[in-house]
Parts: sequence; structure tokens; C-alpha cells
Amino acid sequence: MNARLAGALVNGALIGLAAVALFPLAWMLSVSFMAHGEASAFPPPLLPQSPTLDNYRQLFGRDGMGRYFANSVLIASAITVFSLAFNLAAGYAFAKLRFAGRDRLFQALLGALVIPAQVAMIPLFLLMKSLGLVNSFGGVIVPAMAGIFGIFLVRQYARTIPDELLEAARIDGAGELRIFVRIVLPLLKPIIVTLAIFTFLASWNDFMWPLIVLGDQSHHTLPVALASLSREHVMDNELMMSGAVVTVLPVLLLFLALQRYYIEGLLIGSVKG
Amino acid sequence: MNPTRAGWLFAAPALVVIGVFFLLPVLAAFVLSLTDFDLYALADRDHLRFVGLGNYLDLLRTPLFWTSLGNTLYFVVVGVPLSIAVSLAAALLLDSKLARFKGFFRTALFAPVVTTIVAVAVIWRYFFHTRYGFVNYVLGFAGIEPIDWLGSADWSMPTIILFAVWKNFGYNMIILLAGLQAIPAELYEAARIDGASFGKQLRHITLPLLKPTMLLVAIITTSGYFQLFAEPYVMTRGGPLQSTTSVLYFMFEEGFKWWNLGRASAVAFLLFALILGVTALMLRLGRRGESA
Repeated sequence: MNARLAGALVNGALIGLAAVALFPLAWMLSVSFMAHGEASAFPPPLLPQSPTLDNYRQLFGRDGMGRYFANSVLIASAITVFSLAFNLAAGYAFAKLRFAGRDRLFQALLGALVIPAQVAMIPLFLLMKSLGLVNSFGGVIVPAMAGIFGIFLVRQYARTIPDELLEAARIDGAGELRIFVRIVLPLLKPIIVTLAIFTFLASWNDFMWPLIVLGDQSHHTLPVALASLSREHVMDNELMMSGAVVTVLPVLLLFLALQRYYIEGLLIGSVKG
Repeated sequence: MNPTRAGWLFAAPALVVIGVFFLLPVLAAFVLSLTDFDLYALADRDHLRFVGLGNYLDLLRTPLFWTSLGNTLYFVVVGVPLSIAVSLAAALLLDSKLARFKGFFRTALFAPVVTTIVAVAVIWRYFFHTRYGFVNYVLGFAGIEPIDWLGSADWSMPTIILFAVWKNFGYNMIILLAGLQAIPAELYEAARIDGASFGKQLRHITLPLLKPTMLLVAIITTSGYFQLFAEPYVMTRGGPLQSTTSVLYFMFEEGFKWWNLGRASAVAFLLFALILGVTALMLRLGRRGESA
């Protein structure tokens, strides 16, 4: 095959795939600016006739999207901060601090990765109920404050820290906490960014557990609120698209800004097998 | 403080969280699955009775459980190979020397992965709308009559599969791309000197060397696809005619709509056993192929 034709085929196929990947998202954005009822027409309009912010006004006004947005930001941020603190400490301990049973414990944790989260959900709901955390942000935040995958990610990265560095600090009389904060954490910076964006996106997008534990509407996150909105306003496509924009856009922008770290984490995570 | 004590102290907070809020509930789920825990027991624990394997046996006699299992298997058996095929094609395209603007294309193809599943499911519901949807509009040019994608029991699951492929292929694409890039360029060089075509290189160099990565991708995807829930919840509510009720959707309704928490726990454990069995089988088949 001639090289020019092959090049055209490869790039043409890539353009086609990219169009399929991006078109639904672009269309979502376009429809979200259409007037009420405009998108329910045939043929489906590609661009709004006269762009309007009405859908967003209704969304944040009558449908209270501002509150769900704030809930999502609060929950995802809290989970990110807590789980960073816990997973970083534990990942470093599993990589660099010798304690009895360490390696066997770590193997057991890795083994537990095969258990789907949903298996725990029913007893977890009863536990949360007895702790009074059902219908509260705590019900989503507390169980997510540490994770096996996060510990694994940190451990893989922390193993590259030279032992001599830590030994030298110990000989100089530095305490373990000081070593962790002053020496280890700065060295872990790239994996901290990776883990932070991973955790934030995962908590932002999470659906099933928040749906179960946040029964009360005032605590809903964006995905839960959007799902219940979509059951109410089945026909209101323009409104639903603006709700989708508000939910998707923050994570999409965050990913675009930090994608190098995100992809790196994905690759470290996938070589565990 | 010596390093040993520090080790325990540093690991303890995370281990406590994982122990109390994950491992303990998993064990409790098994115990719960052996009881008749329901709405009455939720109000007063005196109503709780031990029923042994009663819930499991009962499930095997419940038609909707079998339907949900069949639907989930349909989703996995068609969805996983299709997803991986698209991921592999995209990875091969991105790995090609002829491809331009690789950074842009990689980002564009990966974008659906980071989107919120509920939000994009809402988009797809509109996208596949029978009367106003874009898909039927485009198919109209080929002379195809409008298809009732989400409203007919025959098309609902294929539509959800297409959605899942669109949403997820970028993830495996990145992993496969890394696998492709790890294949030494000299191998292709040598093949080219011998005059091997692209197809021959693919069959004799790329695919054999990519096999460990493919196995990994297949296992991750399979166990993920068994956990189908949000798509039917948003797009079809398990319908029409229960054609998209997945095992987890069934568990959710059983547990949090009817409050049969004992039965729902049994469903969760059956799904877990199924995932474990299938992935173990894949691992064994994959490893055996390797040593042969």
C-alpha cells in the first residue's frame, strides 16, 4: 500500500473516532443553550437558534442545582483531603518502614482488591444507620477516607526513595513524623497530584453508594440529583443537557489541566496484575 | 519512636478505615445473607431469623434473578470483546508512525472515560431518542426506519452496550498503547526487511507480545462490566420488560426498595462468586496459553 494512502487512512480513522467520542459532548453543550422545546424537533437541530441561559437559570433557580453543586464540591474535596492523608501515610509505611507482618498484610490487602465494593454496601448501610450517618455527608465521606488502591499507588512510588536518605535523617536525630513531612512528602509530590485527581474525579462521579446513603434530597450530589431530575423531567431535553453540562464540565476541565498525572496513575495502577 | 512503631502508627488510620468500613461489612454481608433480615428486622432485631442457605435457594427459584443474570451475561459477553476491539484499534492507530496530532487524539478519545456516567447516560438517552434522536436521524439517510432504541426489549441492551463501549474504550486504549510502545522497534524493522505485511506483523509480532496486557485488560473490563448498574438505572430503569435489569440493579431494588437486606446480600455474594470464578478461569486460560 502506498504510504500516502496509508497515512490518510490512519488519520481519517482517528478523526472519525475522535468525532464519535466528542460529538455527544459537544451536542450536550449546544442543546443546553437552546430554548425550551427546541431540541424536540426533527431533524434534530445542531446549534441553538438564539442561544439562551434560561435552562441554567431554571436549573440553579427552581431546581436548586447550586446546592447539589456545593454538596458535590464539599464531598469530593473532603474525601480527597482525608484519603490523601491516610493513604500517603500508609503507602509510605508499607514501602519504607519495617514492621512485623507488613508484607503479609499488604498481600492480603491486594487480595481484597478483587472484592467488588457493592458486596459491602448493605451491611455498610446498616453500620452507617447505627452511627447516625445516613442522610449526611459523613455517610459518603467516612467510608472513602482510605482505599486499598490509593495505598498501592503510593507504595509503588515510595519504594523508589533511597533508604540511605531516611537513615541519614534518623542519624541526625530527626523523628519519624518529621522525616515523613519534611523529606518524604516533597519527594512524593507527583504521586500526590495523581492520587488527588484520581480520588476527586472518582468521588465526583460516584453514583451507587451516594444514591443509597443520601436519601434526603438536600444532601444529594450532582449525579444523584441529575438522576432524580431526569426521572421527573423525562421530556425536557434542554434542561437535562444543561444539568449534564454542570455535572461533567468541572471534571472534564480538571482532567484537561492535569491529564499527564492522571494517565500516569492509570498506568502505574494497571501493572499490578 | 522507632521505625517499627512508626510503621504501625502510619498505617493504622488507613487500615482502621478499610477494616471497619470495607472488610468488616464484607464479612457481615455473608452472615446477613444467611438471615431473613427485612423491613421488620430493620425496625426490631427480634424479628431476625437464621435461614441458612435459604436465601440462595430461594434466589435460584426467582425468575427475575435469572433474567438479571442473563442480561448481565449478555452485557459482559458482547460488551467486553467489543470494548477491547475498539480499544485495540484506537491504540494501534495512535501507535502508528503515520498518525499526526497524537496528543490531541489521545486526549479526545480518552475524554469520555472521565465524564460522569449519570450525566452522559442522560445525553445518550436523548441521542438515541426514537423521534428526535440524532442516531435515528443519521440512520434515516441510509433508509433505515426509526428504531425504538431504549423502548424495545430487543434494542435496549445493545444500546446500553454501545454506550458502555463509547464511555470506556479510552481506558483500555491507554493501557494497550503502553503495551504497544513497549514492543521493541527492531522486531518490526526486521519484519519489514523480510517483507512482512501489516497484517502479518500484527498477527506474528504485535498480538503475541501484547497478550499479557490483553489478558490484564480483559480481566479488569470483565469484572467492571459485571457491575453494571448506573446505565440501566438512568437510561431504562431496568426495562422495558426487564430487559436491562442487571444483577446489581436487582440487588439494589431487592435491598433498598423492598428492604429484603438478607436476600440482597445473597445476590451480592453470588455476583462476587461469579466474578471471582470467571476472572480465575480467564487467568488460567491466559496463563496456559502463555506456557504453551
